[in-house]
Amino acid sequence: MTVAADASEQESWFHRNQQSIAPWLFLAPGLLFFMVYVIIPVFQSFNLSLYEWDGLGAAEYVGFSNYEDLYWEWVDRDAFYISMKNNLIWLILYLAAIPAGLFIALFLNQTVWGIRLYKSLFFFPFVISQVVVGLVFTWFYDPTFGLLNEFLGFFGLGPVNVLGDERFVTYGIIFAGLWPQTAYCMILYLTGLNAVDPEQIEAGRLDGAKGWKMLWHIIIPQLRPATFIAFVVTIIGALRSFDLISIMTQGGPFGSSRVLAYYMFEVALSEYGFRMGYGAAIAVILFLIMLCFIAYFLWSMYREEKGH
Amino acid sequence: MYSTFKRTTAALALGVAMAAPAAAELTGELRIFLDTSNPAPRATMEAMIERFGAQHPGLEIETTVIDREAYKTQIRNFLTADTPDVATWYAANRMKPYVEAGLFEDVSDLWAEPEIADNLASTKGALTIDGKQWGVPYTYYQWGVYYRKDIFDELGLSEPTTWEEELSNCQKIVDSGRACYTIGTKFLWTAGGWFDYLNMRTNGFDFHQQLANGEISWEDDRVKQTFANWKQLIDMGAFIDNHQTYSWQEALPFMVNGEAAAYLMGNFAVAPLRDAGLTDDQLDFYQFVAINPDVELAEDAPTDTFHIPANASNKEAAREFLRFVVSADEQTEINNGANLGQLPVNAQSAVDDDKFLQQGFEMLSSNSPGGVAQFWDRDAPAEMAKASMEGFQEFMVKPDNVDRILAKLERARGRIYDN
Repeated sequence: MTVAADASEQESWFHRNQQSIAPWLFLAPGLLFFMVYVIIPVFQSFNLSLYEWDGLGAAEYVGFSNYEDLYWEWVDRDAFYISMKNNLIWLILYLAAIPAGLFIALFLNQTVWGIRLYKSLFFFPFVISQVVVGLVFTWFYDPTFGLLNEFLGFFGLGPVNVLGDERFVTYGIIFAGLWPQTAYCMILYLTGLNAVDPEQIEAGRLDGAKGWKMLWHIIIPQLRPATFIAFVVTIIGALRSFDLISIMTQGGPFGSSRVLAYYMFEVALSEYGFRMGYGAAIAVILFLIMLCFIAYFLWSMYREEKGH
Repeated sequence: MYSTFKRTTAALALGVAMAAPAAAELTGELRIFLDTSNPAPRATMEAMIERFGAQHPGLEIETTVIDREAYKTQIRNFLTADTPDVATWYAANRMKPYVEAGLFEDVSDLWAEPEIADNLASTKGALTIDGKQWGVPYTYYQWGVYYRKDIFDELGLSEPTTWEEELSNCQKIVDSGRACYTIGTKFLWTAGGWFDYLNMRTNGFDFHQQLANGEISWEDDRVKQTFANWKQLIDMGAFIDNHQTYSWQEALPFMVNGEAAAYLMGNFAVAPLRDAGLTDDQLDFYQFVAINPDVELAEDAPTDTFHIPANASNKEAAREFLRFVVSADEQTEINNGANLGQLPVNAQSAVDDDKFLQQGFEMLSSNSPGGVAQFWDRDAPAEMAKASMEGFQEFMVKPDNVDRILAKLERARGRIYDN
């Protein structure tokens, strides 16, 4: 008895609490960096959006006047309105990457000679940098020398200046963005398809399911985790669309292809910018929009976990 | 005791040396930041710094060249932390934020020296804010209309001098199936050049500067007249199609291939045009025509400058370097055709033999009585420049939106200048 009591007293505090401390120790470096580089700057942005500051002199507290300016830009259908509208278009059209990725994945999920090569070719656009994608599509769309107009001319159509026409420019850029994004979704689905239970397919087949029915009732439900990830990645990708716009149009012509992320960069950090407070206000709005989606994702993930 | 004595003599010696700057013995470290990242300007600057170093063997010079575009954002950081002793930048409103934030050194004392005061007088205004000077210029270049002489000859045209001649020339060029002007407005500032000229020719230099300073409404009838003149050209199809998708370099092939006859541009366009195969027989230059006979001709001639950051550690050497940079011989050397290929600022310097530099120098020194502007995005505050150049681009694509564009710029004016 006494011996046992002694032994437990001799155990160090760390040993006794090992189970509960260990995870925090592992988390600590990640949490620290996440705090310093993500959480704290988020609150700093909130704070900065209440100031007028050019990045050099003293910041001047202006309350909500930056948001008021944004409101007027909204009412006037000016830059902020256009950015929001384009963000919405991005959000909706970018989701096309998910069914497209699924379709290609189903198509490539066969055992034919050389299928690895085809898979690589389809995955290729995701491997190359967005900068290159942007440049390639810029040349493709070029109204004078571009391939697109050569092609349209073949059918007696065009010429169309995709990136120079405010009606088409956003769609043109989204189309370029869909190219790599579809490849990404495809890879997610290919992995998902590997995990599809062959017994369920067999059972389905015995019950007479074929084609669409098989896909809809047997395959797609099993791809749920892949769909979820593809959805999250695509939504976030659409909301932070920036690089393609910067490369292909710089927000032009006359600001008609801006999205919130690019507009923020433009007013705060670009050559003629340096309205830090105003940029922060735009960032806050973008953050709040993203927060809605992220909250929804977290909630549905939590629900999923609880179900198991 | 001995060391104090020595220091005093050193100080005395320095005092004597100040009277004769050439003999000053400079020591310590001199850190120079440059934005001249293209190969030719980079080599020019490095050679110049080497010559300066040879004159001052006691000085340890460290040069950092930063990509020109990246420099524009980095300057905000390095002026406050990790400050160099000398940095390149631009004149007029582009230096104002740094002057106002107290990050540039007041160098009025240099401008008081007769050597500089007399020979650099032409650019003093561009470097003056609040009655003080904040840097020295090292080069500038003219703007104007570069045109295809062979096309003009083929159509029997001659260099225009009035707006009527300009329009009738342009009509003939358009009738021959070409555009009068090539331009690429993707990065907006090229449209600013057109606005500069049209507005300075319609309303004069002073009006133009007042507009840049926010003292005049964008919905003023005189501004509308400028846009009406511009619209004449747009409506007759003077500009190439789809210019909003091209950068200024991407617009060059239209002129090289003969699809457009002229280009309103800075002198830096000559080098790529020559590289593309145009000979000096095919390429020529004329001053932008007069529009309103009542206003004096004024020109765009952007000036690139050297500044001493307020936090610099070796200001003595930095001042000496600035004196060196603007000296007549150095100005002749760095601006000649083999180097920058631009105009020297020092009145005592020689201009290179190049025909465009000669014509440009002639134009700026004897035929721009109205004054010399820096360029729209250097004369107007950055925010206004951005908003207005976006408006110019929209106007060039959709001239009928002019009222909406001007109303938008007027709102921007109300916001930008009130503080």
